[in-house]
Amino acid sequence: MEGFILLMQIYVFVLAIVVGFELITKVPPTLHTPLMSGSNAISGITIVGALLSAGVEEISISTILGFIAIIFAMINVVGGFLVTDRMLKMFKKK
Amino acid sequence: MLIVSYIVYLIASICFIFGIKKLASPKTARQGNQIAAVGMLLAIVVTLLDKRVLSFEWIIAGIIIGSAIGALFALKVKMTGMPQMVGLLNGFGGGASVLVAISEYERIYFGSQQFEANTMITIVLSILIGSVTFTGSLIAFGKLQELITGKVIKYPFQHPLNAILILGVFVAGVILVINPVNMELLLIITAVSLVLGVLLVLPIGGADMPVAISLLNSYSGIAASMTGFVLSNNMLIIAGALVGASGIILTIIMCKGMNRSLMNVVLGGWENAGAAGPAATRSSPKGQVKSIDSEELAMLLDSVSGVIIVPGYGMAVAQAQHAVRDLMNVLEKKGVKVRFAIHPVAGRMPGHMNVLLAEAQVEYEKLLAMEDINDDFPNTDVVIIIGANDVVNPAARHDQNSPIYGMPILNVDYAKTVIINKRSLNVGYAGIDNELFFYPNALMYFGDAKETITRLVNELKSTS
Repeated sequence: MEGFILLMQIYVFVLAIVVGFELITKVPPTLHTPLMSGSNAISGITIVGALLSAGVEEISISTILGFIAIIFAMINVVGGFLVTDRMLKMFKKK
Repeated sequence: MLIVSYIVYLIASICFIFGIKKLASPKTARQGNQIAAVGMLLAIVVTLLDKRVLSFEWIIAGIIIGSAIGALFALKVKMTGMPQMVGLLNGFGGGASVLVAISEYERIYFGSQQFEANTMITIVLSILIGSVTFTGSLIAFGKLQELITGKVIKYPFQHPLNAILILGVFVAGVILVINPVNMELLLIITAVSLVLGVLLVLPIGGADMPVAISLLNSYSGIAASMTGFVLSNNMLIIAGALVGASGIILTIIMCKGMNRSLMNVVLGGWENAGAAGPAATRSSPKGQVKSIDSEELAMLLDSVSGVIIVPGYGMAVAQAQHAVRDLMNVLEKKGVKVRFAIHPVAGRMPGHMNVLLAEAQVEYEKLLAMEDINDDFPNTDVVIIIGANDVVNPAARHDQNSPIYGMPILNVDYAKTVIINKRSLNVGYAGIDNELFFYPNALMYFGDAKETITRLVNELKSTS
């Protein structure tokens, strides 16, 4: 059963990479910097894991690691989305 | 409740996919980024409602501190500092993955649960990739911010040392998977991986940073995916895979732009790469270098119909993007058609020049990629190169002995006149002379980009 779950996860991983390749090859070079910072923000999704680590009831090493992980991931998420928005706001047509 | 959170995670995943899809055009890109941000918000909120989350003090404190720091970075950073910013953010993403993986290990270690082999594999991978991303990105940040020299740094036994460390982590990882109750070994793996990140990025020179940053971007995504495997969360796997794919594609584009293999860049590249000043092996010039001053250049530009501007890293260093925009405006007022030719590896990260020019309010339709504009150079009166060097060196086309031979370049030398704005005749990143400077149709326009372009704009205004 464990093996089956891992297999399903690999399944999802591979399909998502295929979708990623399809989408990202269509992003024009002019938007490569915002693509990087924006996708960067998305990689801050580890915040979900950090929240689960920090949210346990008794304070333990896990809580503290989770707390630092939340700070790191939030810098990544908030910094990434905001700076991307700041950049994309500047791209104008005539 | 569980089902609800899975459905919300699915919606968040879809938000990420559509967010990236909308980046296909500058018109919809901003909306795309916002959709992705909404996905993230949904994911965070539904996680907070998870029954495993019982205490909120630490969480709230962490979210406030992290958001404040992130917002401060995002609002303060200058557009020229964007490569460092992205490098730094990458690092934090990787760091978070490591911490979550260690924390998950601790939870099982001190808890009643058994270690599963596949959880252990993904924990080890998460720690390895996350750690390399973390310290590697911090080094990349240091190099771009010029806290550390941007030159290629070589150290003794570079390749054997790295090979041994990588092998060591691999072996230790296998041992840990077989016999998981060994916290010391886990911490040793973490420490060695952190050192690896430093050692792997240190040898990479400044102008190779577009590749390094793209690669680290991809790692941060893969690290997030691994965290998803550790936590059995498909949303994390999907989001991480999208970012991983994005980083890999950009890495490939950057390598192609330099005609180099990924291995060549990662292993520390060119012999003279990053050498400052005239190279020691400088060959004797193949002719006379002619220079031009602002007044003469203004006169020359007064009677042309088309100009192509080629920006490079020098424009970013001099913060000259606004002066360049003024130049475009004054030329257009005189009826000159102005376009920009952007080499894929111009600057320090993919799309660096485009962002700077967008900041200066140059419309994005005027920024043309190499393959779209390269055939137009022969019909162009004047090309103005601002702070670019290796990407316009014709030696790449014909000189088989040149280290940049085979690199795709902008064919600026086919234009009637080529103006090169540069502080000196010094070599570029590849550490080689640029024969273009000695071509009969080339004119050097010496000086700091911002100062000289501003002077040129004033000259042009006074003649009209």
